[in-house]
Amino acid sequence: MAQAERILGSSIKRREDPRFITGHGQYTDDIQLPGMVYGVFVRSPYAHAKIKNIDTSKAIAVPGVVAVYTGKDMESDGVQPIPTGWLLPGIKLPNRYPLAFGEVNHVGEAVAIVLAEDPYTATDAAELVEVEYERLPAVVSAEQAYNSRTQVHDDIPGNIVFDWDIGDKEKTDAVFANAPKISKLHLTNNRLIPNAIEPRSAIGRYERYTDEATLWVTSQNPHIERLILSAFVLGIPEHKLRVIAPDIGGGFGSKIFIYPDEAAVLWASKKSGLPVKWTATRSESYKTDSHGRDHSTEVELALDDSGKILGLRIKTLANLGAYLTLFGPVTPTYLHGTVVSGVYDIPAIYCNVIGVCTNTICVDAYRGAGRPEATYLVERIIDHAANDLNMDPVEFRRKNFIAPDKFPFQTQVAVIYDSGDYDKALKRALEMLDYEGFQREQVEARQQGRYLGIGFSTYIEMCGLAPSEVVGALGAQAGLWESGIVRVHPSGKVTILTGSQQQGQGHETTFAQIVADGLGVPIEDIDVVHGDTGRIPYGWGTYGSRSAAVGGSAIARSVQKLQDKIKKIAAHLLEASPEDIVYEDGKAYVRGAPNSFKTFGEIALQAYLAHNIPDDLEPGLEETTFYDPSNFTFPFGTHIAIVEVHPDTGKIEVKRYVAVDDFGNVINPMIVDGQVHGGIAQGIGQALYENAVYDENGQLLSGTMMDYAVPKATYVPNYEVDRTVTPAPHNPLGVKGAGEAGTIASPPAIVNAVIDALKPLGVQQLDMPLTAEKVWKAIHQTQPAQGTNGH
Amino acid sequence: MYPAKFDYTRAGSIQEAIQLLQQHGDDAKLLAGGHSLLPMMKLRLARPAMLIDIGRIPDLKNIRTDGDVLVIGALATHTQVAASDDVRRLAPALADAAAKVGDQQVRNRGTVGGNLAHGDPASDLPPVMTALNAELTLVGPNGSRTLKAEDFFIDLFTTALEPDEILTEIRVPAAPHSAYAKLENPASGYAMVGAAVNLTMDGNTISDARVVIGGAVPKPTRASAAESALRSNALNDDTINNASTLAADGIGDWMGDIHASEDYRKEMAKVYTGRALRDIKVAS
Repeated sequence: MAQAERILGSSIKRREDPRFITGHGQYTDDIQLPGMVYGVFVRSPYAHAKIKNIDTSKAIAVPGVVAVYTGKDMESDGVQPIPTGWLLPGIKLPNRYPLAFGEVNHVGEAVAIVLAEDPYTATDAAELVEVEYERLPAVVSAEQAYNSRTQVHDDIPGNIVFDWDIGDKEKTDAVFANAPKISKLHLTNNRLIPNAIEPRSAIGRYERYTDEATLWVTSQNPHIERLILSAFVLGIPEHKLRVIAPDIGGGFGSKIFIYPDEAAVLWASKKSGLPVKWTATRSESYKTDSHGRDHSTEVELALDDSGKILGLRIKTLANLGAYLTLFGPVTPTYLHGTVVSGVYDIPAIYCNVIGVCTNTICVDAYRGAGRPEATYLVERIIDHAANDLNMDPVEFRRKNFIAPDKFPFQTQVAVIYDSGDYDKALKRALEMLDYEGFQREQVEARQQGRYLGIGFSTYIEMCGLAPSEVVGALGAQAGLWESGIVRVHPSGKVTILTGSQQQGQGHETTFAQIVADGLGVPIEDIDVVHGDTGRIPYGWGTYGSRSAAVGGSAIARSVQKLQDKIKKIAAHLLEASPEDIVYEDGKAYVRGAPNSFKTFGEIALQAYLAHNIPDDLEPGLEETTFYDPSNFTFPFGTHIAIVEVHPDTGKIEVKRYVAVDDFGNVINPMIVDGQVHGGIAQGIGQALYENAVYDENGQLLSGTMMDYAVPKATYVPNYEVDRTVTPAPHNPLGVKGAGEAGTIASPPAIVNAVIDALKPLGVQQLDMPLTAEKVWKAIHQTQPAQGTNGH
Repeated sequence: MYPAKFDYTRAGSIQEAIQLLQQHGDDAKLLAGGHSLLPMMKLRLARPAMLIDIGRIPDLKNIRTDGDVLVIGALATHTQVAASDDVRRLAPALADAAAKVGDQQVRNRGTVGGNLAHGDPASDLPPVMTALNAELTLVGPNGSRTLKAEDFFIDLFTTALEPDEILTEIRVPAAPHSAYAKLENPASGYAMVGAAVNLTMDGNTISDARVVIGGAVPKPTRASAAESALRSNALNDDTINNASTLAADGIGDWMGDIHASEDYRKEMAKVYTGRALRDIKVAS
């Protein structure tokens, strides 16, 4: 009999897709409860203002309106501000209440909630709530916050919420003082708006007679939501609050955080005694979902004459918006500063990050979270330095790669890379690309006056967020292990209960693949349960590309425990010793006697009947694991972009995109390819199109999809994707995480390619997004306009 | 995205629609494809109390020819226009532009009449209709009148259409040597610059030329200097380069925003005029 293809590692189709693509997903907004009312928020039109008075009388008089609540109502009920989840030394924490009552600090901050029988009436009534504001000057950009005397919060002088550093300042300064060569860049990492296809939504239901509350919410981490809302904000006992995250239509980080509107909806249900639903409009999402990135950075590389890197020095201003949200403080610090060594052997590094608050919506983790910002500055300065040295960017990288025999490698910024072979991925990518062929093509193109460029990004990222002890030492107010229960039912069917929370990743497929492989059970017999604190064990959710490496490992461990128990029961039934039992393809037999076996189903039934199991064994067949890994994982790879810049318009055409990633072992290659494709598209979006723009008064100008350019299918190239496999050494699956790599790697690849294309014109730096106008101006600053020349 | 309260009624004929417009006055808006009006209502930027749906009035959806004149019913969709052989043959600029409006769903619902009556400066059809010297039929309580496209567009979102009038038909004189090119806004797809050109050819000589810039200016605006540079010249690279360099000359009120500055749009008007001219095919 031919060996069947192993299900772990095969591209089976996503089991969740039939319901999603036929419109049968059950999202929060699809849920209807009897007697439910609709909440609409009254939001500040100003970026910074004192609230003098709120008059709700006209709104409450509208027929169909049930209640109107303000921040004062919540305050007098004892509602507390929403805490941040990560503390840094000396951090200043502005208070963020679910409904503002003293001051508003960004456009869109909620000051009241109107409950009505339908959303139309609620929206009409919300317009009738009269709020008297006293406007205050607004602080918008990080530079402005850092340099201006205007303060966002009275109790945060200079708007500085933290001044954080990592590395060795003295040693690095000394290296720079004596360095033969220094390359330097000022970079802006543009502010991004997440754009999950499903807007945020929440339904609160409080049951007066049992004192039980339920919150259905678009969350990447329902247990964190429960912990924060119960223990910190609303005072509902944790065991009385059930948080359910149903199907989630994308998150990219934006659904990690505990938002004011979600707390207000649950509180309003308790106050009114009615179930309350709120779903953000797209305009509301733009104004209230936490944004991403927004760094302003000085980066310098010290070099010797041969092109060896001697030191790296970084100073970053990070705009954190009006308040510090759940991971706001860690994103530009530990998720950023610890990866600035990239894939390079850099003997001295110093990275200083100053976090400032502004009158803009909060900034927090967005796909990649800190690592795209780090990778962008590293890979840009690497290319820039290669150019300064007149070295080929590939040769320059190779000269400075951490050699494969140096692992585990202690960087100068705290982390230890456990494994890596950076040249392997680079080599494969160059082969796929035909680098020499391209170089010839580029020479010819330049002779014809065409601007063809190549950009490299040999990135590393740090994911599989955990281990808890380490993140705790760095300031996390959370553990970052993950839970996984594998529950075998008496009939041999299996339920996986996971603390991971999918928002589109395909956990219902990949987690089932792990169990199908380990237990030899058909995948049809396995279901995955997630997203309900009433059903799953405590878990920390999905972000930071952690679900396979941490959540998947928890499940894999539970499978191992089940295998042990299965063997014990089988040994008992077959009158053999457990050590002599072989368990494969759902059958247990004594080694050497495969014809006499007990099936998985027989063993499962016996485990529950417990008529005939070993004396020292408990009945049942269910195992729980709380898995806390011993290290992060470190995926890496090489991404290469080839672009052509059209000089008459400044438009950029991405002609080829080659990506070779090392995610360790892969559970489902098709899903991983999809993650890479989507990630690259999102990175191309940042590099070329996306930009959150506020005016000087803190009004969001890019406030709708008409003004914020998410890349369309026609804007992105075909992806040429391959992988090298260096298994993660410390987790049972050898997996690393693939959700963010594309977004992390691609912006510098694209920007480096455009800068390379424009090299004949002497253009050395352009800030993202590289809009047609920006590129056109760069070209025509150095060359007279030739408006009428061909395409 | 919840619009303010409104009433809805459906008109069975043009006359009924006009009566309803008179009855409801300023509170009423005509609804055809709804692809300009409804988004504004959802943002509550428009709050009509009454929507008069003219979408099912018979005959307004047709595209036909009257000799060498293309006659387009105001309710014809962009998809219909883009797919019509008559349009492709008689007014390729219009077929190009219709194919570039929004996305497929928008083109399936959005109508030519609605698009023109909205008067959006970033829209593709107004400069094309102006370049094609189209004639618009407006029907009101006192009968119908016709206006040249050039006289129909007055300013940003402002046209010559009276509150009790309906745009029913657009008559486009044959313009086989016409083309449209646009630089689209990467977010919305609207034109940041649109250039529509329409040449009257006498052999390989341009006997007349209309060059109209849209997207970058408050209303479709003729590039007279470029037109002069084309007239009486042979259609070749020199003529095209020369004319397109002049495409921004004499045009004063360029618009800029976060997507593209006035200066850039001005330069792109030249580039896209050149592109449109190069797209014109003259049978030899």
